[in-house]
Amino acid sequence: MSKTKKHRVRWKQVLPIYLLALPGIIYMICNNYFPMFGIVIAFKKLNFGKGIFASDWCGLQNFEFLFQSSTAFNIIRNTILYNVVFILLGNIVAIACAVFLNEVRNKVASRLYQSLILLPYLMSWVVVSYLGYAFLSADTGMINNSILKMFGLDPVNWYNTPKYWPFILTFVNLWKGTGYSMIIYFSSIVGISSDYYEAARIDGATKWQQIKNITLPLLKPTMITLLILSVGRIFNSDFGLFYQMTRNTGTLYDVTQTIDVYVYNALMKRSDYGMSSAASVFQSVVGFAMVMITNAVVRKKSSENALF
Amino acid sequence: MKQKDGLIWSIASNVVMAILSLLALLPFLLLVMASFTDNQWATANGFSFFPGKFSTVAYQYISNQWSTIGRAYLMTVVVTVIGTAASLFVTAGFAYALASEILPGRRVLNFLCVFTMLFNGGLVASYYCWVSIFHVKDTLGALILPGLLMNAFNVILVKNYFRNSVPASLIEAARIDGAGEIRIYAKIVLPLSVPIIATIGLMTGIAYWNDWTNGLYYLTERNGRNFYTIQLVLNSINENINFLSANSNIAALGSMQLPSTTMRMAIAVVGILPVILAYPFFQKYFVKGITLGGVKE
Repeated sequence: MSKTKKHRVRWKQVLPIYLLALPGIIYMICNNYFPMFGIVIAFKKLNFGKGIFASDWCGLQNFEFLFQSSTAFNIIRNTILYNVVFILLGNIVAIACAVFLNEVRNKVASRLYQSLILLPYLMSWVVVSYLGYAFLSADTGMINNSILKMFGLDPVNWYNTPKYWPFILTFVNLWKGTGYSMIIYFSSIVGISSDYYEAARIDGATKWQQIKNITLPLLKPTMITLLILSVGRIFNSDFGLFYQMTRNTGTLYDVTQTIDVYVYNALMKRSDYGMSSAASVFQSVVGFAMVMITNAVVRKKSSENALF
Repeated sequence: MKQKDGLIWSIASNVVMAILSLLALLPFLLLVMASFTDNQWATANGFSFFPGKFSTVAYQYISNQWSTIGRAYLMTVVVTVIGTAASLFVTAGFAYALASEILPGRRVLNFLCVFTMLFNGGLVASYYCWVSIFHVKDTLGALILPGLLMNAFNVILVKNYFRNSVPASLIEAARIDGAGEIRIYAKIVLPLSVPIIATIGLMTGIAYWNDWTNGLYYLTERNGRNFYTIQLVLNSINENINFLSANSNIAALGSMQLPSTTMRMAIAVVGILPVILAYPFFQKYFVKGITLGGVKE
């Protein structure tokens, strides 16, 4: 209807709408679009005094330096491997939790479990690093002083021993994030029509058969949505997890430094604008490509699950 | 048989959930226990769920240092309140424009908004812009402006709510009555959208309360410490246990020795206490906010 009646735009009417949107537009330009043009920093020898535009061009030199260093391979490997593990384990654990949560019949108990499992998600990474320290500190940590002692084992200098950290970080990531994804899966399970289960019960299906043949297949759209989102962000890492949990310890970098931590350290600790901007631009551009590719693949396979 | 199957599942799921809940809770319990442990006992025997000797010295020390911590709390509240209010103002206004059917150019705006979710300039470029162009370094703006004020995702959630849950006929009727757009927005659309505004406000508030990255990037310890929020104080103590005593007047300290081992834990308890106390009251909306974020459209 509005299409057929389309007449001249009445500026007096729409101008106030622009006015309402103006703060948002300005903010979006400042916060999102200015930095997009700031990408040119990666192709310049940045001199803060001169500013971006007056600084000299240096072509791809920054990227050459970055990819010649051994760190480049290391940080990209770490970022991707951690993400793969987090995506797989995170989703499996979250789905299992959601299924179990759905079997809890008592409303009060169910609410209580949800609240408690979600509590870590509410905490900032700084707080989580304190919690980790209480367990892992070499001198006063609970693990060294109570658990290892109980089994007669020698104390471990956790913050200086890289080999444990892939497990520690995976565990902490699960501990903090499971509540969030569990809630998302749980809400899709709750949304499944009870008719399916009713019919299955009449046919004599066991609980496990119901879960396997009704719940899990119907969770597929949610799984795919979450999967696209996380695959699209496979070159990004949770800065807080890798920076705070490890207390940014240099000896652990080999197995804990991701692209985000590297960019932060290069930018803030070493003021190395060349390397940090090259790594940061690499991350944005490849990340963008990943989002587009995953979405295109999903759209081809099952278009209703694609994000856009 | 079927009855038994259901019973087994019910018991098993309760057991699994109870164990996981306990697992989520245990680290906090250890933190609290550690903070109430005698400093010397903790140095000798480590933190324990069952400390051999209790003490509240760590908390006494913190209350002596209240000028720093109290100030940090005040800053946290100021940043959270201003940030959330500004964020809602900016987000809802922008969302109204995107939801409006009569606005020329809204498709372009919508695209520009969605595009920010797909591509970004990265940390270095953002850092450069905020520091060199907008000069937020060591100001209150450093904690409020970068990144957190508005995000495309929230804009889209609010836009969809405006579209789907505010009856178009109501807006049409108001237009026919000669009401201006700002009037319609403020008197009709916003009051009908309280649920979504409240949910997004809560999520934004939590993001501001928990944020420590903006302070890490844009506040220096030399010139920006007046703006330190509780998260940033915690972060600084993490890096340097003497952070608190370094900036207090020595006289006030008296003969008190820094109970450094347990004080670290006590200050973390002080840092999370308000969130934990408030959690039962906003838990329902928090869950709702997460569910909103998880579904597309």
